[in-house]
Amino acid sequence: MTAPAPIAASRGLCSCHVCQLVSRRDQRAQVAHCPRCGARLHFRRPGSVQRCWALIIASYILYIPANALVMMETGSLISYRKDTIVSGVVHLWRTGSWMIAVIVFVASVAIPLLKLFSLTLLLISVQRRSTWSPRQRTRLYRLVEAVGRWSMLDIYVVTLLAALVQLGSMATVKAGPAAVAFGAVVVLTMFATMEFDPRLIWDPLQKEEFHD
Amino acid sequence: MTDHTRQLIACHDCDLLQRDIQLNPGCYASCPRCGAVLYRNATDSVDRTLAYTLAAAMVFLGANVFPIFSIEVQGDRSAITLFGAVLSLWDQHMKSISLLVFLTAMVAPAVELISITYLLLPLKLGKVPPSYPLFMRVLQVLQPWGMVEVLMLGVLVSLVKLTNNFRVIPGMALWSFAVLTLLLAAAAASFNARDVWAQLDATWQGQAKP
Repeated sequence: MTAPAPIAASRGLCSCHVCQLVSRRDQRAQVAHCPRCGARLHFRRPGSVQRCWALIIASYILYIPANALVMMETGSLISYRKDTIVSGVVHLWRTGSWMIAVIVFVASVAIPLLKLFSLTLLLISVQRRSTWSPRQRTRLYRLVEAVGRWSMLDIYVVTLLAALVQLGSMATVKAGPAAVAFGAVVVLTMFATMEFDPRLIWDPLQKEEFHD
Repeated sequence: MTDHTRQLIACHDCDLLQRDIQLNPGCYASCPRCGAVLYRNATDSVDRTLAYTLAAAMVFLGANVFPIFSIEVQGDRSAITLFGAVLSLWDQHMKSISLLVFLTAMVAPAVELISITYLLLPLKLGKVPPSYPLFMRVLQVLQPWGMVEVLMLGVLVSLVKLTNNFRVIPGMALWSFAVLTLLLAAAAASFNARDVWAQLDATWQGQAKP
């Protein structure tokens, strides 16, 4: 290994999470504020790992009803169906809208799973103070951050369809209970992603440990 | 500027301490250790962001006032606006989902547009808006929650799903949302928080002296 990289925290410097201004933080002072914007200064996001775990575990639990329950009920004079997320995708594929099937599959099945597994991997590696390819793990974190919002797709589709198709006995579309669980998964995993501090990935490369 | 007075930056992803360098317009600086984008030099950042934001605000109104699309079944016609969809879901006892859609598709983008205008318009006129750190913070916190581009894809997916069973007539808001998506992306690309902080600082000091 070459000489340790110059880390802000190891020199008593702290980057403001709001305005990015680097300022010196007094180690003895309990609470420090950014001289430019007044935000609380932290070397590392406090309680990042614990909060992130809590949010992820909650998301894993809610992921079960999100996939097992009915997402959308569609009814017309000739047919009535109750679709879960996956059966909805299969139905789209069978009826020939394979492009849409792929989009919905990626947004509502692949991305939430990718997020949950990636964050779990990141948290475990951070807790074990692993030094294994930090650059790749940081890249994974940035990917999770970037794609997370696209899971909201199905929620919007259900909303639009349920509101539009209410033509008496002709046809109905209703949002099922899975929509609530799925929406909660999307929101909780987004909070989990924000709660995670990617600098923790790099800290094991230093000798010291940083808190708060 | 001498090397000594140049500002320190800590990478937001790996905390590597660096000194900033002057960038050519349109270029960005990335962290040598983890590859995160540190800052960009967007040309005419304030002017462009303000222009895109004001345009987006107008289109945003159109996107929310006009119906997105309507369907027709044996003479029965049913049209829908975004807010109409939110209200309808509320009535169908899906209050949490209705609220989620309302916040991510309407409130977050609206507050984002208002905050940018509130910050940049006075700055453009050489003034510092009161309590600007709060609005910078609001922008930062809201950024992941405004999901107009996801909504746009949702609208397209719904359109395809509907065409299987109904005759679908696209509405004004459909086009507005398409344009809004582009304008918001352009505003986000030209907005440069670093420049805005620097300008706010400079303007504030200039105001305090005389």
